Amino acid sequence: MLITRKAEFSASHRCYNPSLSEQQNLDLYGERAESHGHGHNYVLEVTLEGEPDSVTGMVVDLKLLKEVIQECVVDPMDHRHLNHEVPPFDRVTPTAENLAREIWRRLEPALRFDHARLHNVRLYETGDLFVDYNEALS
Amino acid sequence: MTLTRIYRFAASHRLHTSVFSDDKNAEIFGKCNNPYGHGHDYVLQVSVEGAPDPLTGRILPVADLDRYVQRQAVSVYDHSDLNRDVPGFEGVPTTENLGRDVLRRLQTDWPFAEVRLTRVAIQETDRNSIAIDKG
Repeated sequence: MLITRKAEFSASHRCYNPSLSEQQNLDLYGERAESHGHGHNYVLEVTLEGEPDSVTGMVVDLKLLKEVIQECVVDPMDHRHLNHEVPPFDRVTPTAENLAREIWRRLEPALRFDHARLHNVRLYETGDLFVDYNEALS
Repeated sequence: MTLTRIYRFAASHRLHTSVFSDDKNAEIFGKCNNPYGHGHDYVLQVSVEGAPDPLTGRILPVADLDRYVQRQAVSVYDHSDLNRDVPGFEGVPTTENLGRDVLRRLQTDWPFAEVRLTRVAIQETDRNSIAIDKG
């Protein structure tokens, strides 16, 4: 059974790879490489797979899941500039793809339960673009 | 990793097949068989799978995907009549067959060598959608 919890955070980013020149970055990312960055209201869907506990009827305690998402993702990223304030995005370009992978890395160790495991991270950068990430499948 | 991009187009259609009598068409397709057709604001999801390029951090340039999907599919369907205006469309223009047509069009000249088209999903209304996983 799959269970999904949703969270939101707003952050600014700049699609910029420090190992490339300014012009190469502009050619690659266009206006998304502009020097001061821009922002998104990111929507995160965290899906766990597991079986409901025979006593509690819960795959996972949703309050605990909410706290893990808050602590690992929302607190460090909300109202931050990803490139300047959230490692590894000082070195790694904060595309939706790389952000989904980093969110998986932060969440997965905190979501190992007897009956449930992290199954998917879906990150919406805008209403029209999202990325799904599962480390085992990627 | 999978990246999904969402597109929109408006089109009209009528569910009707010459294989059946008018009565049988009306029975099977109900109000979707009304003679002058009707329209929907379709929402198309295109999913691609690949590894992000280590340099760019992107599976593919999203603007390139947008241009391709626009050219191959969205521009063909948008503000058209699916029964009459879409070359090569096979069968009754249900959402299911529309999904197949989208898949066919997107596969035809797929230009992203390292990236796999994995899924096409179409929402006909808020209560009605289909998805085709490419095997």
